[in-house]
Amino acid sequence: MKEERPLGGRLFTPTFLFCLLFFIIALFLLAKRFMYGLGAVTNMSDGYPWGLWIAFDVVVGTAFGCGGYAMALLIYVFNKGEYHPLIRPALMTSLFGYSLAGLAVFIDVGRYWQMYNIFLPWYANPNSVLLEVALCIGAYVAVLWIEFTPAFLQKMGADSAKKSLEKIMFIFIALGILLPTMHQSSLGTMMVVAGSKLSPLWWTPWLPLLFLISCIFMGFAIVIFEASATSSRYKIADESHMLSKLSGIFPWMIGIYLVIRFADVAIRGHLGLAFKGDLMGNMFLLENLLLLVPMCILFMPANRNNARILFFSAISIILAGTLYRFNCYLIGFNPGGGWTYFPAAGEILITVGIVSIEIMAFLWFIKRLPIYHRA
Amino acid sequence: MEIKRRDFLKTVAGGAALALAQPAMALAREKARLPDAVGILYDATLCIGCKACMVGCRKANNLPAEMTGSQNLWDNPMDLSAKTFNIIKKYKNGTGEFKDREINGFSFIKRHCMHCVDAACVSACPASAMTKDAKTGIVSYNKDACIGCRYCQVACSFNIPKFEWDNPFPKITKCQLCDHLLAKGQLPGCCNACPTGASLFGPVAALLEDAKRRQKMQPGKYYDFPVASTTSGRTQYQPAARYVPRIYGESEVGGTQVLMLAGVPFSQLGLPVLPSGSYVAMAENIQHTLYKGMILPIVAFGGLAFLVKRSGKNKE
Repeated sequence: MKEERPLGGRLFTPTFLFCLLFFIIALFLLAKRFMYGLGAVTNMSDGYPWGLWIAFDVVVGTAFGCGGYAMALLIYVFNKGEYHPLIRPALMTSLFGYSLAGLAVFIDVGRYWQMYNIFLPWYANPNSVLLEVALCIGAYVAVLWIEFTPAFLQKMGADSAKKSLEKIMFIFIALGILLPTMHQSSLGTMMVVAGSKLSPLWWTPWLPLLFLISCIFMGFAIVIFEASATSSRYKIADESHMLSKLSGIFPWMIGIYLVIRFADVAIRGHLGLAFKGDLMGNMFLLENLLLLVPMCILFMPANRNNARILFFSAISIILAGTLYRFNCYLIGFNPGGGWTYFPAAGEILITVGIVSIEIMAFLWFIKRLPIYHRA
Repeated sequence: MEIKRRDFLKTVAGGAALALAQPAMALAREKARLPDAVGILYDATLCIGCKACMVGCRKANNLPAEMTGSQNLWDNPMDLSAKTFNIIKKYKNGTGEFKDREINGFSFIKRHCMHCVDAACVSACPASAMTKDAKTGIVSYNKDACIGCRYCQVACSFNIPKFEWDNPFPKITKCQLCDHLLAKGQLPGCCNACPTGASLFGPVAALLEDAKRRQKMQPGKYYDFPVASTTSGRTQYQPAARYVPRIYGESEVGGTQVLMLAGVPFSQLGLPVLPSGSYVAMAENIQHTLYKGMILPIVAFGGLAFLVKRSGKNKE
């Protein structure tokens, strides 16, 4: 059987140094945030208490990190062992997505020095949807690092430790499927309480189901995007046949999602809002068009075998899921009272800095750790 | 006993569908008003816009003046903020000559925490920093518990909790119905300062009763209106205005302990139009259906562990 191996090569490439530059800029802005408060670097307000960091770094970021979850669901629950070579790279993206979401939360939270309060039984509020999300994401980050430990042990040559860890790994794999099911749906439930402040185009008691389905198809799309992007740059075993087969999931999964999505808005009697021609209506249409088009395209098997079409379809699905989450947390959110929000430069640059860490870590991992099956 | 994969998946899918269908159907988890709850009745038709309540609030809560504009001469906050827990705003239409009329009229409106019966901030807070007093129903904040996540702000239909954006060690701030003064047998700062009884403190049951009495009054006829609190014994004798037939807060998002009366529709006064059910009930319904006693997650975990272990065996 083929083993995963480091790809090797120079680490300090121009891409890496470029990311390093953005990381340093973010560090300066972070110093400002911790010295003068959140208002000094962000445009968040009492009307829009959550901005880019929660919407993108946490809500979208963790959905980007659902590749590992989606693959594990397919491999273990639906017993498709043939997809196993895709799991370690997918897990790696999950690891970064989730770890950095955790970092973003720490930056965003106002009273970070007592964040541990949510772990104290006398403070933890079991009615809080956010508590469930926080504990669940925290646990999942730990699970991801454990799931990834064999790659480190393999590099260190600690074979016996690796073997004994792998014996109990099934517990962590099972947790790795259960926890995202819980917190990704809860990320949707979070906005149920916002009630009338969220446009009826997005507010529904079905938010948890829509968030769950969308994080799974985003997860698959991320796996395809990443495998296509890396295989063209690095010498990696050809996985294109596997990706084509995997993409057969999209038409029916997106189909089910869109039926629920439109039926829900229509039954509640708000479909008219979609065609008002305003920002919210247009965003609703764009979000769903970005799903409808790849769904129709990937319905034909010939298109699934075309690497280029598959790559762009995956991008469209990722954008759709991203836009859906932005819409639910920011664009469709209107607190009234004339409040408006657009992220400040400082907010954007700190997010860019966090994404830079992700890219640098990605490059270091694939070059130095056994992640991919080499050609 | 061997569980078949297909059967397990069916059970899980069926259970999930059932669980998710439930919140859509069973929306009613009505939280009843606490029998000894206290609150404020704000009657916009009695309000003369003197803002004595705002000064009273500042004094009672040791809040600094909030100066806006270029001159920085006096306290003139534009809206509620981390430094302003209570504000009087004005509605004006057309010529603005008639008090408490929607067309060509004007009205004042007072904004502060509504002390909801089923408070969204209390349910949302992961660290129990927002609590509702079991007796008085007053919603108050504990900075030692708060992690600063601001979910209370997202959850609040009235945009009440405010955050200290320019403080590196920020807190959430809001009206706490002067519970520190109530403990000493005094009245909330705003009600104590109000000269006309527009802000009236009292047990919610008594306030609701008085609000209903006022709704039945004949416009122009003279009546007694209690001042400061329902039990102060002080009253003001004056003609009743024409009220809109609604007590704001009687049913909004499951009811609030601050009630309002006005002569101008509340949506014109900047108050949100809200359903009678609480969004909190809906969110908690979803959450508690899925996570009650952690039974569903534990069952799911057992099934998943079994599937993963078996698929590992197949590989070998």
